[in-house]
Amino acid sequence: MLAHACKHGYTTLQYVLVYGCRMLDADGNDQGGTEQPDMSRDIALRVYEAMAKTQIMDDICYQSQRQGRFSFYLTSAGEEAATVGSAAALASTDEVFAQYREQGVLMYRGFSFQKFADQLYGNMFESGKGRQMPIHYGSSDLHFQTISSPLATQMLHACGAAYALKMEQSTSISACYFGEGAASEGDAAAALNFAAVLGVPCLFICRNNGYAISTPIHEQYKGDGVCARAFANGMIAIRVDGGDARAVYHACSYAREKAIEGCQPILVECLSYRSGHHSTSDDSSRYRSNFEALSYPCPVRRFGHWIQSKGWWSDEEEEALRKHTRKQISQALSEAASQPKPDLSNLFTDVYAQVTPNLQEQMAETLQFVAKHPGMVPPGVPINPPFLRGMDDSQLVNWSNGDQD
Amino acid sequence: MILQPSSRLSIGFGIGLALRRQHSRPAEHVALQASRHDEATNISAPAKHSPQNSRVAHMNMANAVHSALEAAMELEPKSCVFGEDVAFGGVFRCTVGLQSRFGKNRCFNTPLSEQGIVGFGIGLAAMGWKAICEIQFADYIYPAFDQMVNEAAKYRYRSGGMYNVGGLTLRAPYGAVGHGGAYHSQSPESFFCHVPGLKVVIPSSPMEAKGLLLASIFEPDPVVFFEPKMMYRTSAEDVPTGSFTIPLGKARVISTGQDITLVGWGQQVVVLMEAAKLAKQEGVSCEIIDLRTLQPWDRETVIASVEKTGRLLVSHEAPLTGGFGAELVAEVTKKAFTSLLSPPVRVCGMDTPFPLVLESIYLPSALRVLEAIKSSVLY
Ligand SMILES: Cc1ncc(C[n+]2csc(CCOP(=O)(O)OP(=O)(O)O)c2C)c(N)n1
Ligand SMILES: [Mg+2]
Repeated sequence: MLAHACKHGYTTLQYVLVYGCRMLDADGNDQGGTEQPDMSRDIALRVYEAMAKTQIMDDICYQSQRQGRFSFYLTSAGEEAATVGSAAALASTDEVFAQYREQGVLMYRGFSFQKFADQLYGNMFESGKGRQMPIHYGSSDLHFQTISSPLATQMLHACGAAYALKMEQSTSISACYFGEGAASEGDAAAALNFAAVLGVPCLFICRNNGYAISTPIHEQYKGDGVCARAFANGMIAIRVDGGDARAVYHACSYAREKAIEGCQPILVECLSYRSGHHSTSDDSSRYRSNFEALSYPCPVRRFGHWIQSKGWWSDEEEEALRKHTRKQISQALSEAASQPKPDLSNLFTDVYAQVTPNLQEQMAETLQFVAKHPGMVPPGVPINPPFLRGMDDSQLVNWSNGDQD
Repeated sequence: MILQPSSRLSIGFGIGLALRRQHSRPAEHVALQASRHDEATNISAPAKHSPQNSRVAHMNMANAVHSALEAAMELEPKSCVFGEDVAFGGVFRCTVGLQSRFGKNRCFNTPLSEQGIVGFGIGLAAMGWKAICEIQFADYIYPAFDQMVNEAAKYRYRSGGMYNVGGLTLRAPYGAVGHGGAYHSQSPESFFCHVPGLKVVIPSSPMEAKGLLLASIFEPDPVVFFEPKMMYRTSAEDVPTGSFTIPLGKARVISTGQDITLVGWGQQVVVLMEAAKLAKQEGVSCEIIDLRTLQPWDRETVIASVEKTGRLLVSHEAPLTGGFGAELVAEVTKKAFTSLLSPPVRVCGMDTPFPLVLESIYLPSALRVLEAIKSSVLY
């Protein structure tokens, strides 16, 4: 197995446990098997659908942002295999701590297009209540902790969460996604060390996509990728072709087993490529060539080729999926756009469990102010909570606390 | 009253506009005589115009910051500009071309670590260099908090003056932009104003940005320089192309008035000007002060103004509670107590994290300032 992986692999270091490095070539041709049972048809199809849906959603949302429908977007182009392939290897109850480019994980777990769209528009149905920029998803139902922009902070949270799971003798682990850029933060160094020393079942999944905004990896680190740091902390690591969903799936399945078995952290470094711009605020032609960006093989096409070669997928199914998905996403976006924004009280709730006296005062002043200047209320924002199904009672109570006059 | 509304633009004309030769020494760049003090009013008078030196270019704030960095790197060969993504020009385009002009050794990307950037800068500055670092957003300055608070700020004091990191300048874009949400909008200035040893500067126009940034770079103390990112593109004016400085610790009286003193900094100065215009329509005359330097702040100018007007309003985007406005109000209340005709007021961000959809309600808008002006005057 190891020999096999090395043959097809990237740089292999003696201390790196190299497993399932690459199982599909750049075109998606089968590069040989695995000692583990291979990916089943069911999982392969679910993985493929999630990858294709992620890709289509990214395309449409990127365009929608360009058209000014919402303020920000960020695609995961080039990394669909890394996110979806790894998600497929996790249990659905594994607690995910993501960075921000992991929409593929949510897609695999069944986050609906409507939920994605509601978040992008920051409407009243969005679980984050319109407080964060687009793409900062979160879902307690799907064990996906809410994204926050500051980099690498989630890596230590993942350690703490894994410790809780360990103490509870849970069969779940925590899974932490991070970029190779974020890996330079002090929190990242602390997290790898904490995880190893405290012996927590945490799967660190590094998306090494070659860039941190404009900064290429050779200006990010001098050592052998992020893998080598796992070893330095006494942790095993697997390096895998992040554009190969089958290999990512196998590497992460194996890693997850190891993490549970030995109650230990383990790191998987997915070598991939950020095929799109960093975000809609970025123009990557300023720091890399178009040629470079276009020469990375599309992971979705690669994996699609493999499942077709297995006879599990056809051109007709492909077309139907794409067509249906496009329609669903467009509908979800239109629906999200037409919904009201979160009402005014949402500025003040959730700062603390209870609205504190200073906030109550500010709420009351705000109500007085907007009564006098209704034009100051942003478009689509109701002043009072609309009477709606499922409206949380505590919100109403909080609001009336503030409404003192 | 000497000052005309446009006089802040003329600040730069009298500076002998050091369009100096490439090899000029740092000391030779000209300190801008922006604040000849008028005893009676504490108003900054425009300096004398010197036509042959008035070469200016129309710049937005990003251009002005760029121009200051370029001038500093030219004046001081022992200077470096570094941070995340600065090599290709920075995410706000303030460092465009510096690497090709000054080389990879003097303008470079760092690995992605704010504590790394600041700690490294401290070491560089301790060796007598000008370490000009960029933190990509003020919201991401916190990983560097320890380096700033425990190291940069105390370097001189703890070594009995043997060592210092006066060459350290830390630039970071701050403030609201309309769609930044919790992590691309914060105004963290008050944290740093609470740290003896750090100076804190916030400019309110392209001209101000260039003059204050150059002064900060050559200031013998570490300076935290917050740039209102809203203004990178929205604010433009003629700025001298050469090197000039605007002294730290001196506020700028933007317009004089009789009824109330409005104090702010950065982008909020624009909001105060708007509010003053609205107040004027209702017959209230406002004196507007741009504080420019928050630490150490210009007590003299603010207190003299409040002694004249009898009323004070301080406004900032950062949350009300514990904001720097509280410091001004406390000090003015003590020093100008008997002149006060109404309680000093603060119009600030709400005591919440920075929101997204509800940003305009969170912010101390011109209308909110106007309401507070009216309440103060009618007290
Ligand atoms: C603490 C912190 N510093 C800086 C930033 C600004 N920033 C956002 S994304 C990014 C690059 C991250 O690169 P990487 O971790 O490789 O992830 P990728 O974007 O490649 O997926 C930077 C510098 C931030 N969000 N947080
Ligand atoms: Mg990256």
